Amino acid sequence: MLAATPVYDSARHDLRFVEEARDLWRYRHLVIELVRRDIKVRYKRSVLGIGWTMLNPLLQMIAMTWVFSIVIKQDIRNYPVYFLAGYVFWTFFSQATGFAASQTVDAGEMGKRIFLPRSAFVLSAVGGALVNLLLSLVPLILIVLWSGSRIHASWLFLPVSVVIAAVFTCGVGLFVFTLASRFVDVREMYGILVQVWFFLTPIVYAPKLVPPEYRFMVRYNPMTYLVELFRAPLYDGWLPGPNTLLFSVLAAVASLVIGWSVYAAKIEDYGARF
Amino acid sequence: MAPASEPAIELHRASVRYRVPTEAIQSLKEYAIRKLQGRISHGEFAALRDVSLVVQPGERVGVIGPNGAGKSTLFRLIARVRRPSGGRVVVRGTVAPLLELGLGFHGELTGRENVILHGTLMGHSRAEMLRRMDRIVEFAELELFLDSPIRTYSTGMVARLAFAVATDVDPDILLVDEALAVGDERFRAKCQERMAGFHDRGKTVLVVTHSLDEIRRTCTRVIWISNGEFVQDGPARDVCDAYHEWAMKAQ
Repeated sequence: MLAATPVYDSARHDLRFVEEARDLWRYRHLVIELVRRDIKVRYKRSVLGIGWTMLNPLLQMIAMTWVFSIVIKQDIRNYPVYFLAGYVFWTFFSQATGFAASQTVDAGEMGKRIFLPRSAFVLSAVGGALVNLLLSLVPLILIVLWSGSRIHASWLFLPVSVVIAAVFTCGVGLFVFTLASRFVDVREMYGILVQVWFFLTPIVYAPKLVPPEYRFMVRYNPMTYLVELFRAPLYDGWLPGPNTLLFSVLAAVASLVIGWSVYAAKIEDYGARF
Repeated sequence: MAPASEPAIELHRASVRYRVPTEAIQSLKEYAIRKLQGRISHGEFAALRDVSLVVQPGERVGVIGPNGAGKSTLFRLIARVRRPSGGRVVVRGTVAPLLELGLGFHGELTGRENVILHGTLMGHSRAEMLRRMDRIVEFAELELFLDSPIRTYSTGMVARLAFAVATDVDPDILLVDEALAVGDERFRAKCQERMAGFHDRGKTVLVVTHSLDEIRRTCTRVIWISNGEFVQDGPARDVCDAYHEWAMKAQ
């Protein structure tokens, strides 16, 4: 079956950084099965099934749109689509990272007993959120059409936006997962942080409404560019500008490098504690 | 198969130390405060101390010792779950840990889905598990229930499925926990037959158990571990006798 006998030698190892990546690749099938399991388990006993995945964001979208375009009036053309374009990205990000933080128990239980790369659990969290993101595009399209907007050719750029956003999210997810494997309060603290971050990012409001003296908070926030990556094609109907593309790619690469480094350096120690 | 000249398992003065915080700091906030105050201290617990071991392909080694002696840690070291804190571990060949039967099984998933999930946890692909599905299900005698969620299974049925999927492998090295045989008398005989098959095919087997009779019957060599160190390593009968004598005296 195997051409060569695999040899494990604890004394001969590459950089953790590289080794962990290779292990993750070997266990890529596990990532897919974990995503499959989570989706199946979530919907198996619910009557609405997969429809619920779409109904849930739809209700959220309607509620948020009502608050921020009818109750609190902003001078933004076609506000529902403006808001939703950023919101679908944010939901993906917060779901994926929050889910990654909650995987530590599962990953710890199994990782203590058999050899497996725990990063598979982070990736499956991102994968699960990705499926939800794709499903939420259905209600998004409905709302776009209902609000009298059009579907632009620029929508074809979305796969690129999704890839960049997913890379960024994986980095943050790995970082949070690693810390949460060691400290019990990280999950809760991160939840609060994400909420604050949501309001510091121009999702419900437009960047131009921010007074000049606070503009820096928008400018140095990587999320601004990631949101724009979705908003430009979905709402404005054009491709993201070079600055948006540059800064969001930089943010994604930096996030993944930092997240993966912290994970590779610390997970063995954090994961193997009593 | 590894060439006969090369050992299947080598441990060179291998140690496993766990870091145990003297006070369990569980929260990041507390950790940060203590770090600033410079009040972080760790104790160390040595689960294995400088143990050396060479196992040749085809050897059947029993591992005995009181609870907490380091038996599981030794297996984790060989199965790559833990990296040694000191020393070196070399393992040649594929390893199947038959220690955690039914790991990752989820009640809401069907028997079929659980077989695939368990297989990928062990590093196999979905396609490979689908190829092996018929054989696994036939052994577990669960053809009729394959597409029902396993929360509807009886305990015995789950155990049969877990045993079937775990042992439907062709590894070079097997790590086996005691009490592997499950189910009713007839199925237990079937389990034992399958384990004997591994012996016949010349697999390297390491088994941890409390049953000296079992070890005398199946193993050629026995290692006695206590407090993270090897007390004795030799022919099964000699070590079992010595261990038995020690255990009686301790009582």
